Amino acid sequence: MTKRYSEDHEWISVVGKEATIGISVYAQGQLGDVVFVEVPEIGRKLAKGEAAAVVESVKAASDVYSPASGTVSAVNPALAEDPAKVNADAEGEGWFYKITLSDPKELDGLMDEPAYKTYVEGLA
Amino acid sequence: MSAEAATPNARTPLHALHVAQGAKMVPFAGYDMPVQYPTGILAEHQQTRASAGLFDVSHMGQVRLRGLGAASALERLVPGDIAALAPGRIRYTQFTNAQGGILDDLMVTNFGDHLFLVVNAGCKTRDIAHLRASLPAGISVEYLEDRALIALQGPKAAEVMARLSPAAAALAFMSAASCHVGGETCLVSRSGYTGEDGFEISVAAERAETLARRLLDEPEVKSIGLGARDSLRLEAGLCLYGHDIDETTTPVEAGLAWSISKRRRTEGGFPGAEILRRELAEGAKRRLVGLKPEGRAPAREGTEIVDAAGQVVGKVTSGGFGPTVGGPIAMGYVPKALAQPGTSVGLVVRGKTHAAQVASLPFVKKRYV
Repeated sequence: MTKRYSEDHEWISVVGKEATIGISVYAQGQLGDVVFVEVPEIGRKLAKGEAAAVVESVKAASDVYSPASGTVSAVNPALAEDPAKVNADAEGEGWFYKITLSDPKELDGLMDEPAYKTYVEGLA
Repeated sequence: MSAEAATPNARTPLHALHVAQGAKMVPFAGYDMPVQYPTGILAEHQQTRASAGLFDVSHMGQVRLRGLGAASALERLVPGDIAALAPGRIRYTQFTNAQGGILDDLMVTNFGDHLFLVVNAGCKTRDIAHLRASLPAGISVEYLEDRALIALQGPKAAEVMARLSPAAAALAFMSAASCHVGGETCLVSRSGYTGEDGFEISVAAERAETLARRLLDEPEVKSIGLGARDSLRLEAGLCLYGHDIDETTTPVEAGLAWSISKRRRTEGGFPGAEILRRELAEGAKRRLVGLKPEGRAPAREGTEIVDAAGQVVGKVTSGGFGPTVGGPIAMGYVPKALAQPGTSVGLVVRGKTHAAQVASLPFVKKRYV
């Protein structure tokens, strides 16, 4: 399993060509209490950097950009009823959607965990 | 980056306390204000509904009007019945323009020898200029820049207040008095902006932190930021200036006709009186209503409201998630024909029309004493 992070605070966890995507623990902390998540439709083709999902806190709505290109193969059904899962377990049970990668090499442009940690520390 | 000059935001007398409590500070109406504390907006909202919350609202404008005939002079600018306001009583009203639009909304208290006004932060400079330009020379307009304003709101607010100031705790809703609270000399109003019982406490700036800390020492009280203040007032169906009401909306359209007494309706004598009189007689063409989306997607400010035929009929003026309601809620203007509670409308969120119903306001029952 390979896990990478984008500068927009999405994480992507990859096994073969299957990737799971969500927002980072840091991102959920910045957003605050998540009250609604809009996930993409299954079958939708996403380009890297495209607005793929929306996460809404009490205060505001934010776009979630796909950290890699591919076709949506699954969405997290639990978020419809319990969007607070994103706060409780952002990089686990609070995942947003899965895609079949169309270009696994795109991952090379993303940060690994230590690089992301350094990146976030630089934002403070 | 924009070319705008980086003007530093003003700070309230409680700024250091907010930072010490780990608040997330954001610019609001020219001030650096706490939007939330580490527990977050949901917890702060529930805290206020279940116990008591302390809000720093020192950014709001506190103004004193003094002089013979101040009440009747102020009546030339607002449709509220100020002349009939008994000493120690508070009234909600609006500054109107010649079109009957709202320049700002405000609270007016009769303190016997003067009138005490609380106006919105974003409007206060203009309001004060308006008062100075419009009131006769004999009425002095004093901007009380050296005072802080602290709101204590929630079902436990009165219990807490009773420990610090029995006199303040004995006030009836929408009344006010000069009281000692925890040893500090304050002007206390029993009023608020959350739909809960509570108090607004005006105190000298240099004593504000001492008083706030004294209130926060009480086990029922926690600090609440602007985020929860907004979700609380939206659930209570209370208008936010610059969003639900502005210069283009009238008090009648906004459902604020209750704040215009029979005498003021008959006599007029305030800007836009004829327009408001006609609206009161014939009904306004559009009305501010509550909106309850059927799904879970919040409809934010600016969301288009459509009728059954898909025609755009209005816009959401405030919208988000109501923690006590447990779902999305909104307010917006719709034509008179669609203003009845229960009417089906659509809300266009990110290009998709979501079903919603016109709902009666408030969304959460008010709990004033």
